Order: sequence, then structure tokens, then C-alpha cells
Amino acid sequence: MPENNKPQQVKKIDLAVRSALWLGPLKSQAKASNQKGSQPASPLGKMQQPKGQLVDVLVAKGRIVSVVPAGSLDVRAAREVDARGLLLLPSLTDAHTHLREPGQEYKEDIASGLSAAAHSGFSNIMCMANTRPVNDNASVTEFMLEQARKSWPPAVGVGPRLYPIGALTKGLKGQELASMADLTAAGCVAFSNDGRPMENTELMRRAMEYCQDLGRVVIDHCEDPFLAPAVGVNEGEVSSRLGLVGQPDIAEAIQAARDVLLAEYLGAPIHLAHISCEKSVAVIRAAKARGVDVTAETCPHYLTLTEDEVADYSANAKVNPPLRPRADVEALLDALADGTIDMLATDHAPHAAHEKEVEFDQAPCGISGLDTALATTWELVRTDKLPFDAFLRAWTSAPCQRFGLPLCSFAPGDPADFLLFDQDAAWTVSAETMKSKSKNTPLLGRTLRGRVVAHFLAGKSVLEI
Amino acid sequence: MQWKHKDLLDISQLSAEEVRHVLATAAYFREINSRPVKKVPTLKGRSVVLFFAEASTRTKTSFDMAGKRLSADTFALAKSGSSLTKGETLKDTALTLQAMNPDGIVIRHASSGAAQFLAERLECSVINAGDGRHAHPTQALLDALTLSRRWNGDFAGKTVLILGDISHSRVARSNVLLLTKLGANVRLCGPRTLLPPRLDTWPVTVFSDVAKAAQGVDAVMCLRLQLERQQAGLLPGLREYARTFGLSPRHMALAAPGACVLHPGPINRGVEIDSPLADSAESLILEQVENGVAVRMALLYLYLTRKSPDAAQPGIPA
Repeated sequence: MPENNKPQQVKKIDLAVRSALWLGPLKSQAKASNQKGSQPASPLGKMQQPKGQLVDVLVAKGRIVSVVPAGSLDVRAAREVDARGLLLLPSLTDAHTHLREPGQEYKEDIASGLSAAAHSGFSNIMCMANTRPVNDNASVTEFMLEQARKSWPPAVGVGPRLYPIGALTKGLKGQELASMADLTAAGCVAFSNDGRPMENTELMRRAMEYCQDLGRVVIDHCEDPFLAPAVGVNEGEVSSRLGLVGQPDIAEAIQAARDVLLAEYLGAPIHLAHISCEKSVAVIRAAKARGVDVTAETCPHYLTLTEDEVADYSANAKVNPPLRPRADVEALLDALADGTIDMLATDHAPHAAHEKEVEFDQAPCGISGLDTALATTWELVRTDKLPFDAFLRAWTSAPCQRFGLPLCSFAPGDPADFLLFDQDAAWTVSAETMKSKSKNTPLLGRTLRGRVVAHFLAGKSVLEI
Repeated sequence: MQWKHKDLLDISQLSAEEVRHVLATAAYFREINSRPVKKVPTLKGRSVVLFFAEASTRTKTSFDMAGKRLSADTFALAKSGSSLTKGETLKDTALTLQAMNPDGIVIRHASSGAAQFLAERLECSVINAGDGRHAHPTQALLDALTLSRRWNGDFAGKTVLILGDISHSRVARSNVLLLTKLGANVRLCGPRTLLPPRLDTWPVTVFSDVAKAAQGVDAVMCLRLQLERQQAGLLPGLREYARTFGLSPRHMALAAPGACVLHPGPINRGVEIDSPLADSAESLILEQVENGVAVRMALLYLYLTRKSPDAAQPGIPA
């Protein structure tokens, strides 16, 4: 590890990425460095977005050596990459996916999920426990980790890292605590009953206490099952017209309120998954103001789509919690910008085409999200709906800090996990362009802007460039 | 009128002019139904599948009779006798039926959106005979024919009260669309537990008191109360419901002179409607059934001959 940050003393630079546009601060740089790198106009809109500068990224032994203004250091690297015209971003972390292995490999498997992750700019993938069998014992966790290692191309030797989330209760049945100490030892980084609500508040309390001893955060899928007899469409104008049983936003907000009260009472941490509505935002904002140890995530689809997506009984827009009205979308954007919502996660929930091609009320909930996450959320930055620093925090530092995952903040010594992003490249979402096995997204057929053209993990390219 | 629609999924697809054309065509077939020989060769050689994946007696019989009176061949398929009970998906059942080249499929299904699901996948006409809570356009059209005959075709300024379990009712949804399209005012009344969300986005006035809701109305449409609503925790009991929301002669006394009563059937006597009222002169319940056959004849005719105007028979409105 290069403990000092004087790049001149590093003998061998393995990788140099030249003239990438970086919109964040430079950590290895003295404050008043000579601005040899050119100063482009902000590529973003009028919001208080940073203008950025062109930088060179130097990597040795899988770690960042330094990030400096472009051309300011005369060092040659074993591998030189010309990144002119490309945006530099640290690799993203996804704290919420469903990779379906073991048990439902026809929807997705760990290899295909991690491949989609690599192509979409993710270095850290947390996967939920609702596999078959459920990840409620160490052997399932170990199997998942082994499958992840096997999925990395041997020639590269690295790939997106998998961090399993253990089941909170045995079989996710909400009756008995799972063997969470065993699961922690096997590598689970958090615990959740995701997919099945924790309706027993006493058991939820005990689970949070037990996890706190283990140094793990409970992730709760907030849903009162009695208030949500059917799932996948918001209770509101659209459900009323279509004659579908809707899921009211209070089904989520009431559980969120319960959870933050438990966290406050116990002095224990809680993380709220896939927050979809303004009422939950209000609950979280008030709890944070009181000092409760609560973090929350929302997903790209809740920031970019509304309940109107299901107006044609489109099963690909059926997701739990459901897409909400425009006012909720706006409230979530504000909450993400001001930090009330800490992070973004995809809730990547792949389902086979034939499972979605049924009557709307029979279709499973879920959107395949990894392939489209970066492009859709970058569009929010480009169009001034989300500040760059909130985008960066939400996809990188917030989840990494909350769950203890490796983070590249471009400081010397950080893992060299970063990507080069062509923010103008247009592509159409289709079965061919998606790397996930499952193509269940309401974005099918739509054109997005922004594509990962290079992705380095520990300084090694995990994409062909 | 050259009929341009392949499918009838909901009233929202039709213009007011098209609705009036359906009603005029149905009025013609209604006359045929009063003849000693109630059969015309209009749809000879065409086949219609009656795919009823949910229990139905009157709608299925009505479509069957409508098809046969137009000389179409009708084939009934019930869920219990179909491969759906063997785990076949609706898509595969649909494609199998399609491969037999019917000219039209009439579908009744418990899932909202099922008719649209079929229509998106089939080349033949799909006629929605009720999909979940979503739509029941042929019922709304037969109700409109019944009211049109009562009101000499003039819906403007008329007020219709739809009473009962609105939330679960495809009949209510389709009737709200159709009645407002024809210029009538619509009131809804029922217990809050049986009203859909966001009624502020519907073109209706909402009441919680039947006596107030009935004030001055020209027609009351009662909805059937499904008896399982009590178990679902939506109602304390049928006795209380009947007392609070059942339609009785004292409500009709508050309505406009000559006001009539409709019910899509089957009725629960003494629950949503007072039993003698159902048999009274104000009740048009049996005329609704009669008009149902005529409306379905008109719809089968319009949808199945839309590509061959030469099938027009003398006397059928052009």
C-alpha cells in the first residue's frame, strides 16, 4: 500500500487514465495547485453543479496512487487509457438486489447478475436472502460467495464483489430469528426479511437487538401486510380507474414510523429499504432530526417513473412498493438531495418474461434494475433534478459507510474501482442491450443516455474496451 | 358507420356518436327479438368463442342467444372445463383458441385487464364481458338502451344514482363512463368501505346518505352486494347494510316523478333492494335482460362484420 501520497516515489504505475472529466474534489492535491488541467464549462445544468476538471488517475497494485490535474505529472504507466470526453466516476454500490441464486437461476444467477453489475458500473453488490433455499444458514452464504468468485473472468481475476444479506428470520417466515451470528461469520453484511414484511413488532425488536450485538444493520422492507392486501399498484387515481386493488402509501409509512420508533427506543440502527413516498420521507426526516440512527434508500424507478406506468396494465411496471404519483417523486428527489434519503439502490428484481406475461394481478412484483440504474439517475443530474454530490454520495459513500464496504473516493490508497462514463452515448433498452437474464423493466424500448465504456476494479478492466 | 374498433374493452374507447350507433343498431335487433322467428342469417358461417373464466349465467346465456339469433356458431368454454385449471396460462389458452380461427372471443375473467391482455395478443375481436373490477361495457350499453327507451334517447340533464358496492363493481365503472358520455349526471352512494379511492378524479358526486342521494334522481341503479364483503371486514352485516343502504320505496318517493330502478342482477332481495320494489312498475330489471340480448347482437354484428360492410342486412342502421 502506498502509505504516502507522493506519486513520484512509486516505482511502477500499472494504469494511467488520462484526461477524464472529474466533477468531485481532488483529495491528493494541495489546495492551491497550479491549475494545469483545463477548466471545461460545467457539462451539467444550472443547479449548483460542479464544473469539474480534467484529471489523470494513476493506479498501482490495485490502489489509487493519485488523481492529479491532467498532464501535471510526467509518469508513464504500463497501461495508458485515453479518457478524453469521458466522465470519471467511482464504481457504484448497490445495497439491494435479488440475484435469485440459489434456486431460481432461470431468472438470474450470480454470474449474470454480477455481469450486469460490471457493465453498469457497480463494484459492490449486496444481495437479498429470498433465494431458494433462503439465505438463512451459513452454507447458503458460502455458496453465494463461491459462485461470485467463480463468476470473475480468470484472466482478470476480479469482478464485482458480492455481499450477501442474511435472512432476519428462519425461512423469512417472520417467526424465529435466523442464525445471524453464523451468517455474520460466513460473510453476511446486513440482515433483512426483504420480500416478506416483518409484521410481528416484538420479533422485529428482538432482531434489531440481536443484530446490534453483531455490529450489523437491519434492513427493513416497510410494508404493513394488512394495509396492503394486494401489491404492485399504488392506491390512487390509476388503481381506482383500472379496478385494481391498490397499495396505499401509508402501508409503507406506518411501518417506517414503527421502525424508527424501535430504533430510537433501542438505540439501535435501522435501514429502510426502497422508500417510495413522501409520507415515509417525513417520518425519516423527523427521526433524523431527533438523532435516530436511521438510514434509507430509494430506487431509480421511484425517482423517474410514476403510477401512470401501469395505466395499461403493464406488468413490467408492477413493483413493490408500487410506483407513486408525481408529488411523491418530487418529494423523494428533494429528500435525496438534502440527505434525508441517504442512498440509492436498484432493488434489482429479475423475473422471466413468461412470469410477467400474465394477468396483471397474477404477475410477480419487480423491476430488473441493474442495467438502467446509472443512465436513469445520471439523467437526473444532467437535467438538474439531483445535485452531483447527492448522486455521488447516494451511489458510493453512503452505502459503503453504512454497510462497511470498500469505497473508492479517489484518495491515495483507495481501491482503484472506477468507471469511465460516456454521458452522451444514447442506447435503447432491449433484451440485447441488457446484461441481466431478465428484461422485466417498463423502460424496454426507451432510449437512455449515458453508457459505461470502461470499468476498472482494483485497477483491472472488467469490461472489454 | 364504418366500425373501426377491433375490440370492445371499455366504454372509454367509444365516442358518444359510436355509443348512439350501438344503441340504434340494438334497437333494430330488439325488434327482431319480438318476431315469431327470431333468427337472421347475418353472421352465418362466423364463429364466436364464449370464454367465461368466471361464473356467469345471464351474460353468457345472453351472448349465446345473441350469437345464435344472428346465425353465428357459438362455442362455450368455462374455466372449470378448460386447461386453465390444469395450469395453462391465459396467454397459452388464448393462443390455442386463436389457432382455431374464431371471428370473436367474448371473455369474462376475474382479473382486471384480462380482456386487454387477450386483445393485445389475438387477431380476432375480443369483447369484454366483464374483467375483474374494471369494466363491463356490454352491461353499461344495455343499461343505456333501457334508459334511452325510457327517456326517448335524451340523457341530457338526467341524473342517475348508482347505489351500493362501487369499489368492487365493473358495472359502476363502465356506467359512470357511459352515462356521463351521454350527458347525464351521475351520483354515487355507498358505505365508505365500499367506495373506490380518489373519487375526486371521477366525474361524479358522492353521497353517504341514500335519502339525500335519491333526491330528484331520474333513475337508480342498484348494485349487487357480494355476500363475502362481510367476511372481508368491509361491513358489519347484511341486516345493517340493508337498513342503511338498501333501496326502498321511501327513497323512490324522493326521486323525480317517473324515476325508474335498474339492477344488473342477480339480485339479493331484501339486501340491496326492497323485494316488492324489484317487482314494481318502476323496476326495469327484466327489460334490462331483454335489452341485453339486443345489445349483444348489435355488438357481435358491428365487431364481426367491421371488415365486410357487405354483410349489412336491410333495415340495420348504416
